Amino acid sequence: MFRLFRTINLAIKSLLLHKLRSALTMLGIVFGVFSVIAMLAIGEGASKQAQDQVLELGATNIIVRSVKPPQQTSSNSSGNSSFILRYGLLRDDLKLLSKENIPAIKRSVPIREVNSEVRYRHREMNCRIVGCTAGYYETNNLNLRDGRFITEHDQDKIDTVAVIASEVAETLFPGEDPIGKSIQVKGEYYEVRGVTRTRGATAAIGGSLAGQDYNKDVYIPLRTMQVRMGDDNIQRQQGSFSAESVQLHQITLQLEGDEKKEAEDIVIPVSEVVRETMRINHKDTDDWAIIVPMELLEQAKQIQLIFNLVLGSIAAISLVVGGIGIMNIMLATVTERTREIGVRRALGARQRDIIEQFLVETIVLSGVGGAIGMLLGWLTPQIFSVTQTVFDMFSSEAVEIDSGFNNMFADLTPDVQPWTLGLAFGISVGIGIIFGVYPAMAAARLDPIEALRHE
Amino acid sequence: MSKIAESVEFAAQVIDLHKHYYLGEITVHALRGVNLNFPRGDFVAIMGSSGSGKSTLLNLLGALDRPTGGQYILGGHDVSKMTDNQLSDIRNRLIGFIFQSYNLIPQYTVLENIEVPLHYRASRRAIDSEDRDRCEHLGKLVGLDGRLDHKPFQLSGGQQQRVAIARSLVNNPEIILADEPTGNLDSKTEEEIMQILLDLNAEGRTIIMVTHEDNVAELAKRQIHMKDGTVAGEGIFRG
Repeated sequence: MFRLFRTINLAIKSLLLHKLRSALTMLGIVFGVFSVIAMLAIGEGASKQAQDQVLELGATNIIVRSVKPPQQTSSNSSGNSSFILRYGLLRDDLKLLSKENIPAIKRSVPIREVNSEVRYRHREMNCRIVGCTAGYYETNNLNLRDGRFITEHDQDKIDTVAVIASEVAETLFPGEDPIGKSIQVKGEYYEVRGVTRTRGATAAIGGSLAGQDYNKDVYIPLRTMQVRMGDDNIQRQQGSFSAESVQLHQITLQLEGDEKKEAEDIVIPVSEVVRETMRINHKDTDDWAIIVPMELLEQAKQIQLIFNLVLGSIAAISLVVGGIGIMNIMLATVTERTREIGVRRALGARQRDIIEQFLVETIVLSGVGGAIGMLLGWLTPQIFSVTQTVFDMFSSEAVEIDSGFNNMFADLTPDVQPWTLGLAFGISVGIGIIFGVYPAMAAARLDPIEALRHE
Repeated sequence: MSKIAESVEFAAQVIDLHKHYYLGEITVHALRGVNLNFPRGDFVAIMGSSGSGKSTLLNLLGALDRPTGGQYILGGHDVSKMTDNQLSDIRNRLIGFIFQSYNLIPQYTVLENIEVPLHYRASRRAIDSEDRDRCEHLGKLVGLDGRLDHKPFQLSGGQQQRVAIARSLVNNPEIILADEPTGNLDSKTEEEIMQILLDLNAEGRTIIMVTHEDNVAELAKRQIHMKDGTVAGEGIFRG
């Protein structure tokens, strides 16, 4: 043990003989190790981000949505563009997709959404009017700032009450308490009973679900919406107007069971039952879609795995490049120190001793580089946040960057996994050994007489 | 390593030593049957023009190479047929090298340079305080007191050669091989270095020195002249 310590000590002495050269060589490994750790951390962070987005939908939820079927060509309507397009989920579907029919369902939360202008006195705002039931509050992780949410009682009484989102409250009621005031929606008055807290918009998930901004929502009881507004929604579009009739836009099925293990076993089979039920009830019409967050989560995990693998491989290549740099320098060192090798051999060093000496030097070089890289890697989140700040400065001044990317970049927090530190350091030492063996062997194989004669 | 009892009175013994080099199709006979005896306490100067075989002989005496034929017995061990590892151990234990160009390790201090042979002891034992005391003592012995923590580049040629001498003594070798030890030194320093060697010889150490300077060779107990791969004679042959 003491002997090894001494060998390392002497190796450091030899490396310090050419400080700049050793430092530059080490730099290759520093960046290699750093990039391995950073890449994996960013990959892990992105993976968490994606999984969190999916989890926000609820891991035990199944979402069934209305889908507007592809528009029929105008030949059918013979110039009359004002026919009413009927599609989407039916109240009948809601009855089928209920606890009574499928026991695994804890709760079915239907919604219908309409975009409309909302007024209070002279102020107005374009909002998403959501007809919903009491369960919507829980399934969408809403929080109240004031008052209460829509209740069962409101449904039963078909009350004209509303709960508004924070941004709506701020726009329509600046400096006023909205509770108890009446807002006007499509000619009807609704009394504000509650205000929800600001909630971060959910990101779009692949092509399956659009991102949603909850802060411009107005919630009213679903039955009130049905009674007051009917199922038809007419919109004027540049001269012509289109109308569509949709009974429900979305049904969120919340399943029994806890978030974790149980749910995984239950969600997929139930989703199959739901799919089959819908297929039969809609007679093979494609006006609905089913979204299973659990499935998306699995997909996200798999994609991330590939993503990590790619990132890791790229970084690993840089480590190998660093290793080749080390080998190059060590070969030069061996040539340069041929005389020293000859002297050591004359003084009794065996071939093994020479191999050991140069191998330890290489490993010290790559090990120290690896340790520095590890430290940098550990600081990845901090380094990354500095990068984000710099990036923000530039993007706000000059370049207009796609906001989706910008958001994703801004929200990304690299997650350094402890095992990646160990892995990267292990690889760097391994590279020291692999790329050190050849120069060390070359040194040991030198003929002592030739080596002593070397100028 | 087999001890050969009858040769113990000799520090080293060379019996009908041959060395051939094969350069493509040509065979160079560098040594053609050299016979030499080096009793303990001998101080021999080996002389000869270039190509006479003196370098080849020195390499063989230094156990850096194996002879093509014949025997080389060093400290009672037949070195001629040893493996590379065995030769390494023999060099470490039985031979002290002094080179013309000192051959110190530049990144080590004087003391560390003196310690180098200890790293390669057959036991591979770590250097302890006793070893260190011995190295310091040797440093002082050759007149390097106060310079033990200097690096070679901070020393004069003569001082560097003193370090090399101290290094050659550290394992208490059977023979000291000096290859033109004063070749790079001015005459005053040459005298100093030769005096150290003479003192060592007076203590009973066996020294084999290669030189082509007559005045240096004269200081040895006897001179051996090499010519065409054989021993041409003994004594001083002036120009």
